[in-house]
Amino acid sequence: MLRHGLLFAVCAGLALSFVLHGCATAPSDTEVTAKATAVLKASFKEQGQAKLDRLDQDDMQKVCSLPVGKTVPKEVAARIERENLASIRWPADGKYTGDWKNGEKIAQEGRGMQYSDDPKAASGANCYACHQLAPQEVSFGTIGPSLYQFGKLRGYNDETRKYAYGKIFNAEAYNACTNMPRFGHKGILTEAQIKDVAALLVDPESPVNK
Amino acid sequence: MPTLRRQLALGALLALYSCAAFAQGSAADEIAKYRAALQDGNPAELWEARGEALWKQARGPKNASFERCDLGLGPGVVKGAYAQLPKYFADADRVMDLETRLVWCMVTLQGATEADARKNPFGGPDRKSDLEALVAYVASESRGVKMNVALSNAQEREAYRLGEKMFYFRGGTHDFACATCHAEDGKRIRLQDLPNLTTVQGAQKAYTTWPAYRVSQGELRSFQWRLYDCFRQQRFPELLFASDASIALTMFLAHNANGAAFDAPAIKR
Repeated sequence: MLRHGLLFAVCAGLALSFVLHGCATAPSDTEVTAKATAVLKASFKEQGQAKLDRLDQDDMQKVCSLPVGKTVPKEVAARIERENLASIRWPADGKYTGDWKNGEKIAQEGRGMQYSDDPKAASGANCYACHQLAPQEVSFGTIGPSLYQFGKLRGYNDETRKYAYGKIFNAEAYNACTNMPRFGHKGILTEAQIKDVAALLVDPESPVNK
Repeated sequence: MPTLRRQLALGALLALYSCAAFAQGSAADEIAKYRAALQDGNPAELWEARGEALWKQARGPKNASFERCDLGLGPGVVKGAYAQLPKYFADADRVMDLETRLVWCMVTLQGATEADARKNPFGGPDRKSDLEALVAYVASESRGVKMNVALSNAQEREAYRLGEKMFYFRGGTHDFACATCHAEDGKRIRLQDLPNLTTVQGAQKAYTTWPAYRVSQGELRSFQWRLYDCFRQQRFPELLFASDASIALTMFLAHNANGAAFDAPAIKR
């Protein structure tokens, strides 16, 4: 496999051979990044719905693959947010929220997009993996902030509804290099599903706002 | 409560786990107690015993045992071997973790084909994996030994740097990297505590407790499996067994765990 990796990364491979022959210079950060990417690509095989193109990084993924403690420069962050915001497909009917009860089911569902998942079944959003939402659900994660009382705190208005929809559709539009997936942008959730999850956050009847 | 229903379906042991979870504040304590109780009779011992027998048994076209297999401390030396892997092996001109080295010995010493040696890395209900048994045995012979994974040559240093890059590599449908879940202290997915693998303490705690008997699967799982299944959940394609990426990531995490006493095979939910 190492040989495969070398084939894929000719430049990085050359850097390695310098090292092997006793050259004291360690490969540069750029060279290591290029080689790591090439070796990764040679270390996976497609399985079910997970094809190898999932390892082809887009601009955000490339720029945001940063070691802990490092952040992107301000202008790069602004570019990522601008481009991701511009790519959001807003609902044609101008309605940002749907049925919060269905949104709760989507928020609970963790399956979707893994090669072990049925590609024909709808994906979940798995919100509870990282966020507190409805207080009745005690099994919630803490990677993201608590969203309890999301609508109540921000106001039950169109601005909040639009923000919720946009944030779920493409979180990178609001916070460059966030950990949160881009559910609409990447086709994980449908427009109707995003509306339902947005309703879970903003509908005054939703348990999230009780 | 669909979540609770799902957890109950996983069986009595997991149900116990989710009950403990209701007391939010003490959930982690309760889970620790639960693990400690299970540690008394860890079924991993069955894999260890089978692995030891396999290690000593003459096998393959060349009818050879593993007792000439060099895991880095000399032919046949198992004691402490796991705690110094991965490392660079001049005979293979490659950095190898334990699993990769076992495959190497199956091919070079026992005469197996590469494909045969690799074909069953992870066991299931109807097919026990010899590799997982061998991993259990070899790892058990490092229990109590301090992790000491060297970066003493260019190849080892390169593997570490590549592994570090891969740890932060974001991709797939969900933009996940290893770091998405494993780069901050005190975080959880649902109620599951997540180790921060970028700190010495976090890497030590995590790395020294694999391989492990996984109660929910009834299987002993190797570190290769741990990476393989993380990438599945990361929505990546399938990680190839003993691939260079798997070895580089193992090097990154194992080296970060240096100084801690190895304590596996462990037992996990």
